[in-house]
Amino acid sequence: MSVLVIAESNNEYLDRNVLSCVAAALEISEDIDILVFDGSEKVLSDCAKIKGIKNVINSKGNLVGTLAEVLAPVIIETAKNSSHVMMVAGTFGKNLMPRVAALADSQQISDISAVIDSDTFVRPIYAGNALATVKSSDSKKFITVRATAFQAVESEGGNANIVEGLQPKDPSNSKFVNRDLSESDRPELTAAKIIVSGGRGLGSSENFKILDPLADKLGAAIGASRAAVDAGYVSNDYQVGQTGKVVAPELYLAIGISGAIQHLAGMKDSKVIIAINKDEEAPIFQIADYGLVGDLFDIIPELVKKLD
Amino acid sequence: MKILVAVKRVIDYNVKIRINSERTAVETNNVKMSMNPFDEIAVEEAVRLKESGKVDEILVVSIGQRKVQETMRTAFAMGADRGIHISYEGETEPLMVAKILKKIVDNENIDLVIMGKQAIDDDSNQTGQMLAGILSWPQGTFISKLEVVDKNASVTREIDGGLETLKLNLPCVITTDLRLNEPRYASLPNIMKAKRKEIVEMSMAELGVEYTNRLKIIKVEEPPTRSEGRKLEDVTELINILRDEVGVL
Repeated sequence: MSVLVIAESNNEYLDRNVLSCVAAALEISEDIDILVFDGSEKVLSDCAKIKGIKNVINSKGNLVGTLAEVLAPVIIETAKNSSHVMMVAGTFGKNLMPRVAALADSQQISDISAVIDSDTFVRPIYAGNALATVKSSDSKKFITVRATAFQAVESEGGNANIVEGLQPKDPSNSKFVNRDLSESDRPELTAAKIIVSGGRGLGSSENFKILDPLADKLGAAIGASRAAVDAGYVSNDYQVGQTGKVVAPELYLAIGISGAIQHLAGMKDSKVIIAINKDEEAPIFQIADYGLVGDLFDIIPELVKKLD
Repeated sequence: MKILVAVKRVIDYNVKIRINSERTAVETNNVKMSMNPFDEIAVEEAVRLKESGKVDEILVVSIGQRKVQETMRTAFAMGADRGIHISYEGETEPLMVAKILKKIVDNENIDLVIMGKQAIDDDSNQTGQMLAGILSWPQGTFISKLEVVDKNASVTREIDGGLETLKLNLPCVITTDLRLNEPRYASLPNIMKAKRKEIVEMSMAELGVEYTNRLKIIKVEEPPTRSEGRKLEDVTELINILRDEVGVL
């Protein structure tokens, strides 16, 4: 039984969440290959060094953008002898994997948080308010993995072969136009150890910047609730929640966030949650390990000052 | 041009769910149900396209027990034109829904499918992509902007790290993200008019789709609860916690 892990990279570096996907794959099989799309030398060698990988398969081609229409047939062909195909449940995997599964006439298993055995998996449903254990009867399984639920494997120590894979065909009916990424020097949200997250309580995009010095002091990533994103305080890729990113850092600081279930779905597996809110009835206090009731516009500057 | 919108009836997003006593499913009896929020956005987008004169007809499809017709009427009251109800008692799976929708797309000569990016009950986020795959159509998933010009759809997608723009040839499948639009409330006259719009009811067998579920739900349980939290007095105490207990300073 072999598992094919599909890597995600931006051609400069490998998405760190792939290491968690490999960890999930190792719970199914010792025989793991990883498929990379047009990997740079760095990405390929990073993949080859991951512990537990046998082959790194590089599908070269003119891959502007990462269109599912183009990549899906390559995955089907590459996974011919695999029992499981796995990807991180980020927007890349969520877009691509169901198309692949449908082409293989298989019912995908989304966003697994645990592996019970090679057919049986646990996945959160209803915004994480319930955990379903599901058993698949499909002969080939297509799975996306909740990266925060698996301890990343070591990124060093492996020595996989790098082999050439199939070449994707040019797209015929869809075209990549452009990509507009938010620039940030801060850690990536889903990989950050500490997250400082703001909600509607911040009041404006100007006020939201009050979180910057705090995040800088803590070396934290900045996140946001849907309310803050919808109000235009920050862009949507900051959003933590059922419809945004799922995070599980060592420390999650929820500031001016009421704690709607859709938000909690994205952060309630954080190791320590600290909430700062002026409404002591806010639902966020029900899941926070530590809560401070008060005006964030007094508390945050004082906190930043005392951290000096 | 003809648009197909798929809508799912789900437990209302504000409801705090309960797991049934057999621990096999989430309790849906006597629980407020409504249209999946992402599907409302899909209906709204379809209606806006119709209002701009680019669309002749909006067909709504839903799968499930009789009560899904209420959800379809909501779509009618927003501006959709007619509906097909596939009657089915069990749990639906995305692959099954995709196969049903493919049949309807083929039968009805659909030019554009708009659906929500995920249902808030099973949180799968698969059906649109699966449908696009089995139709061999392009897909525009998690979109926050749509422009249809002639035989093309320009879509802006919400991706990790930012936004991405694609140009897709019609026919194609679009799945909606939250920021695509603000769905309208149905007015009373439109709710009345919605009652007269046609719903054709048929079974999967009548449609010619055979499907046996691939995933068996072994059990459904509550996630582990967190231990009770503690209220802090002031910033000094907060700093002590950060330093001594969390160890991040």
